[in-house]
Amino acid sequence: MAEQARTLAMGQDEARQDARGIVEAPFGRALVDLARSRPEIVGLTADLGKYTDILPFRDAFPDRFFNVGMAEQNLVAVAAGLARTGKIPYATTYGVFATRRAYDFIAIACAHSALDVKIIAGLPGLTTGYGGTHQAIEDLALMRMIPGLVVIDPCDATEIAQATAAIADHPGPVYMRLLRGNVPVVLDPAAYRFEIGKAKVLREGRDVGVVSTGLMTERALDAAAALAGRGLSVGVLHVSTLKPFDAEAVAGFAASVDRLVSAENHVAGGGLGSLVAECLFDRGIAKKLHRIGLPDRFIECGSVPHLQARFGLTSQRVAETIAGLV
Amino acid sequence: MTSAGILAETGSPPLDARSKALRSTVVEAIVAAGRGHLGPAMSLIEIMRTLYDHVLRVRPEEPLWPERDRCILSKGHGCLALYAILADKGFFPLETLATFCGHDSILGGHPEFGIVPGVEASTGALGHGLSIGIGRALALRMRGSKARIFVVLGDGELNEGSVWEAAMAASKHKLDSLTAVVDYNKFQSYGPTSEVLELEPLADKWRSFGFAVSEADGHDVSDLRRALEKVPYRAGRPSVLICHTVKGKGVPDAESNADWHHKNKLTANELTTIRSVLGGG
Repeated sequence: MAEQARTLAMGQDEARQDARGIVEAPFGRALVDLARSRPEIVGLTADLGKYTDILPFRDAFPDRFFNVGMAEQNLVAVAAGLARTGKIPYATTYGVFATRRAYDFIAIACAHSALDVKIIAGLPGLTTGYGGTHQAIEDLALMRMIPGLVVIDPCDATEIAQATAAIADHPGPVYMRLLRGNVPVVLDPAAYRFEIGKAKVLREGRDVGVVSTGLMTERALDAAAALAGRGLSVGVLHVSTLKPFDAEAVAGFAASVDRLVSAENHVAGGGLGSLVAECLFDRGIAKKLHRIGLPDRFIECGSVPHLQARFGLTSQRVAETIAGLV
Repeated sequence: MTSAGILAETGSPPLDARSKALRSTVVEAIVAAGRGHLGPAMSLIEIMRTLYDHVLRVRPEEPLWPERDRCILSKGHGCLALYAILADKGFFPLETLATFCGHDSILGGHPEFGIVPGVEASTGALGHGLSIGIGRALALRMRGSKARIFVVLGDGELNEGSVWEAAMAASKHKLDSLTAVVDYNKFQSYGPTSEVLELEPLADKWRSFGFAVSEADGHDVSDLRRALEKVPYRAGRPSVLICHTVKGKGVPDAESNADWHHKNKLTANELTTIRSVLGGG
């Protein structure tokens, strides 16, 4: 099990420097647990099973697993056909391929018919050093424009496990980013409860409020802890669901802090930062927003920690950015 | 000489009253709406008629009957042929056809799942239907159902790479409950398929992708019936029936004329001629 569950490729699993626990292949494990009591759940991949943590499911339920070939359009539309016939398919590939190659299929074959397809998208944002062909840096912007599609960017192993189960109970299409391999535990499984469409205040603060999604929530929490030692009170609102967007929670959070920052593992335009700006402007909340995210260009290759530091996504760089605002 | 020319020389049997009546229904819907794809619907009439009259196990009064055969019209722009036969079979009232493409009509310019009773997939973006059919076939096989899947594809649609992604996957998964039906009218939006993107050797292509292949005169109901009633052609393989058809069939000016692919406005003279040929109006 451990050997099969391990994600093998692309070298992004550099050794972590912190003391957080990890869970190996939280998505695959959660899917197996869920599928034991949910016979309608099936698994699919476009030949990237080894790299998207779904092999535990294949091993547990070989008759319910389909590799449709390196063919993302086919992956999404086969999933649509399964969903139309009473199954709940979880279809895995990389985010770049799901969104760039199969957009029409997600929009029309799945969302237009409100089908129960769950697309699980690996290598979100800047989590691979293999360069622009494999970095899904604009996927959230693309996916949030599709009517009726739920868009989720989980923070950690806890949230991936909970969200994997929660989306099975949501009748309709879902695009969920996948953190794969050895995934850190940031949120306490005993205390945290993922809910589709609900943002959660993970840390109270007065001076600066960080609205974050995905793995940037981990970085925001670390930065807030570091800055507390320097007398700065930093709050963190975790927005794991980009769509439907919890505008009420964001507006309330914004009103409670002096300065507002958004943080996402994604281009700074079109995703979380843009959603926060829309929300503030719609409500007439005049507050300067600093958006932490990737620039509007393709990102080079290199080691992931180095690239994340270069583009301001590490805990230390987030802390520096926040400190520079006040 | 083009294949269409050969077929015109070989000749299909003359259209019978039912074929003419279904065509008439399509023409009157286009007249009422002032728009619609005439040519792509006309080449489909006998294919859809044969499927719904003789092949498919469906219940018009219970469109979502779990054990029904599924017919997916993947070339969604041919939807008027589907709407005409669905109305004829009683999936919805015949009068609904007069609302085609109107405000709040259930009958859009491309078929929509969940809105039109009897429509099994939202199509119009080409190259989706065969993959959707695979998903349905896999799910039905998992629950031990005997229901079959028929996916009607256009020839121009075969330009889409996703069709061939699906073809490989269908044979890999040994889906002999799945039959692709190709409306091979030899024309697509811009002109002849032989000029836009050559499909030949078409039967060999499907064969090489693992399908069991048969061919039929797509305007001869008895030939279509013979071919469709004996699927699967080989156990353990998906089937494809290549139907040789004429774009715009039954409407003299429209036959094999790409200009009629998406004919919006019929002149009074054209309409008079069509109605007289089809015996409608």
